[in-house]
Amino acid sequence: MKKLRKKIYMAAGYNTISIGTGRKEFHPKKPRPGLEHYIKEAGQATLKQIGGAKNVDEGAIGNFMAPRFNKQGHIAGLIPMIDDGLEYKPCIRTEGACASGALALMSGIKSVLADTADVVLTVGVEVQNTMKAIYGADVLAGAGWFQKRKDGHAYFFPGQFSNRAGAYYEKYGMEYARKGMRRWFRNAIENARLCPTAQEYHNSVKDLDALYDKLKPNGKAFVDNLSVLDCSKVSDAASAIVICSEEGLKKVGIPKDQAVEVLGWAQVERNLTNDPPDLKEVTAIKKAAKEAIESAGITINDLATIEVHDCFSIAGILATEALGFAEPGKGAQFVADGHTARDGKIPLNTTGGLIGWGHPTGGTGVHQAVTIWEQLTGKAGEAQIEIPKDRPYGMTINMGGDDVTVVAIIYKRG
Amino acid sequence: MTYDEKLRNVTVLGAAGKMGSGILLLTAVEMAELSLKPENKSKTFVLNAVDLSDEGLAGLMKYLKVQLQKIAEKKTVYLRKVYADRADLIENGEIIEQYIFDVMNIVRPQTKIEAAYDSTLIFEAISENKNLKVKLLSQIDTNNKNNPWYFTNTSSVPINLIDNEAKLGGRILGFHFYNPPAVQKLVELIKTDNSSEEMVEFAKAYAKSLGKIIVPSNDFAGFIGNGHFMRDAMHAITEVESLSKDVPFVEAVYMINKVAQDFLVRPMGIFQLIDYVGIDVVSFIMNVMNPFLDDEELYSPLLIKLMEAGVKGGQNSNGSQKDGFFKYEKGAPVAVYDPEKKEYHSISEFKEKCDEKLGPLPDSTVSWKSIIRRRDKEELLEKFFTSLKSLQSLGARLAIKYGKRSNEIGKVLVSTKVAHNENDVNTVMLTGFFHAYGPVNSFFN
Repeated sequence: MKKLRKKIYMAAGYNTISIGTGRKEFHPKKPRPGLEHYIKEAGQATLKQIGGAKNVDEGAIGNFMAPRFNKQGHIAGLIPMIDDGLEYKPCIRTEGACASGALALMSGIKSVLADTADVVLTVGVEVQNTMKAIYGADVLAGAGWFQKRKDGHAYFFPGQFSNRAGAYYEKYGMEYARKGMRRWFRNAIENARLCPTAQEYHNSVKDLDALYDKLKPNGKAFVDNLSVLDCSKVSDAASAIVICSEEGLKKVGIPKDQAVEVLGWAQVERNLTNDPPDLKEVTAIKKAAKEAIESAGITINDLATIEVHDCFSIAGILATEALGFAEPGKGAQFVADGHTARDGKIPLNTTGGLIGWGHPTGGTGVHQAVTIWEQLTGKAGEAQIEIPKDRPYGMTINMGGDDVTVVAIIYKRG
Repeated sequence: MTYDEKLRNVTVLGAAGKMGSGILLLTAVEMAELSLKPENKSKTFVLNAVDLSDEGLAGLMKYLKVQLQKIAEKKTVYLRKVYADRADLIENGEIIEQYIFDVMNIVRPQTKIEAAYDSTLIFEAISENKNLKVKLLSQIDTNNKNNPWYFTNTSSVPINLIDNEAKLGGRILGFHFYNPPAVQKLVELIKTDNSSEEMVEFAKAYAKSLGKIIVPSNDFAGFIGNGHFMRDAMHAITEVESLSKDVPFVEAVYMINKVAQDFLVRPMGIFQLIDYVGIDVVSFIMNVMNPFLDDEELYSPLLIKLMEAGVKGGQNSNGSQKDGFFKYEKGAPVAVYDPEKKEYHSISEFKEKCDEKLGPLPDSTVSWKSIIRRRDKEELLEKFFTSLKSLQSLGARLAIKYGKRSNEIGKVLVSTKVAHNENDVNTVMLTGFFHAYGPVNSFFN
């Protein structure tokens, strides 16, 4: 990637609560707020931190499947709903399955780089609890190639990643692999318990390892190689953040140390109609992470924390290998040894990630950026980890589909 | 005739009733399962849902749709395999819809008994009226050339009696589901003196396919389930009558109900259970059983008095509980009926006083709900009842007396040869009434 022609910042992040099973306020049979509520809550909270809508030049919103989950298309039109001051401003909606949120970030970054905007309000949202999981699985399967849906599992994406887990078990051993996946699950829940907006914030299970061991994969009821504890849950949530130029940051009155600088990124697209070249590898993530690190001019060891896309525990394990923290097949060991825990070598997903915090599919990319912004600027509350002075860097990796659309972004404390 | 062939044309009589609708649902699902087998795809399967009430049948179809949706949603992983050859069915939603259609497409709701004339298997789930059962079955049998098998869901009428009076030549079995059939695991199987082995084998295979547990019962009015329940209910009514010499009737009902539920760790109190089954139904069953009993009387003027006052319990068509001994709000008892004044008295007015009279439970953390799924429930119950026996309170005394009576009833069912053994009695109470422990136990010795 070419050297950036100007500096780009992100600031004023906000996450709504991730609502779904696990949250005490969630009742599947009672009416819940819709898409509009979440967009408004997140958007307005960010506007409040930047002196209002008058300071916003553009809006971008990431959303995956509102046309099916909520029977609502034309999502960009919901941005001016956040505040009258946004009326008639340019807005765009991005879609790249579960990487829709990061694509919204990319849209904002590119607008700022193109000098067409100094301040872009960026939102990510998904409201998925509008239907039972068995039907939601149909909707989410849209992130795969529809020609392959018929042969896929009832729970399509869990099925895809179950196949990946199966391939990993076969080569490296199931018991070994599941030790790593178990630790991944435990880290996710323990981190989520420190973050009041997390879906697993109320989780009070005493022995998470025992629970994990008890719930074995059962192909008759679910998929062959994963249990529900290996999967992110169904979530309703939105996140928002602003993307600014240096001038933009001044305009909204946010000091640099309250912002993060975007040092580099990579955006990768793999052919949707092709199966992954190797089920035990996430090649698009590998490529995106490598390019992003290079573009930022740092090394992987300079990172203080990373938000990785753990829609499934096995995806988390594979990510540690794709990032180069572990050799192929050693990712499960790396995680089992605690290296990705909040006090480990490289803390991953410090507020729970997709499994612990929640996975509002189209909103997740923005949520990841907000989390890194919180950690690097010391706003993560109880979930705050120590950011070493010589490693003031963070990264987000947002994945759409089965390693198809991937965006990796590198951030530095501003 | 093979199993599949036997289930090609089936009739459920009384299909819109509480038991009939459940039997219809289970049978429709089983028949659909057969119809979806590759070798059966060119064959037609017919399930006649016969009931007098058009309104009831409309409600039945609604019930079926809702239940089938739930069933399909639970087994979508499997259904995707069943419909693997249907290129037009891609999404779960499409497969679920097709399945619901395929099951409902087997069902023919109708009000005319003639529908049963072509069937090879007929489930009878009409009201507990022997003469009506005999009349309908003999009418069908005269007009049906298939020599059909009759599975009656009667919970009290002796099967041999129906067989002889309707002249069915032994082509009848007692096949007694528990309420609600779609949930309760138990089926009581009652053979007649002439039941063929082939029919019994089919019944076992059918029950197994439905995931039911079969307990054989001898052909004695009430069989095992009601043999226990009716006597258990009589005990409670007698206790209320004796207790209401000292306290108002409504308080006595509340207290005995509480003893049965909380002190005996049962899923619901005895009077709530009577309401659930229906005061009228309980009274009919007692009526059917009573003439067959030599040295005891199953007859309750209280139940008759309540029925005459229009207080019958049972369920509304949407499944909610009708008022009976208790008045219900959101399924929970809130008031007790006073047959003298013909009005309900709010439980909150006397609850505290009565609870105090009964005394505390040995361990307030032990309830039916808290232990039913626990592996160590035997141990917990042993501890609970041992400690109960050391209490001198009114509640403890009533509970021990009640537990002993239940035990005695269980043993009588074996000694009078209604049940083959004590184990069968316990299985019936565990799986048909969802009790946490069987009546034949050593807790109350």
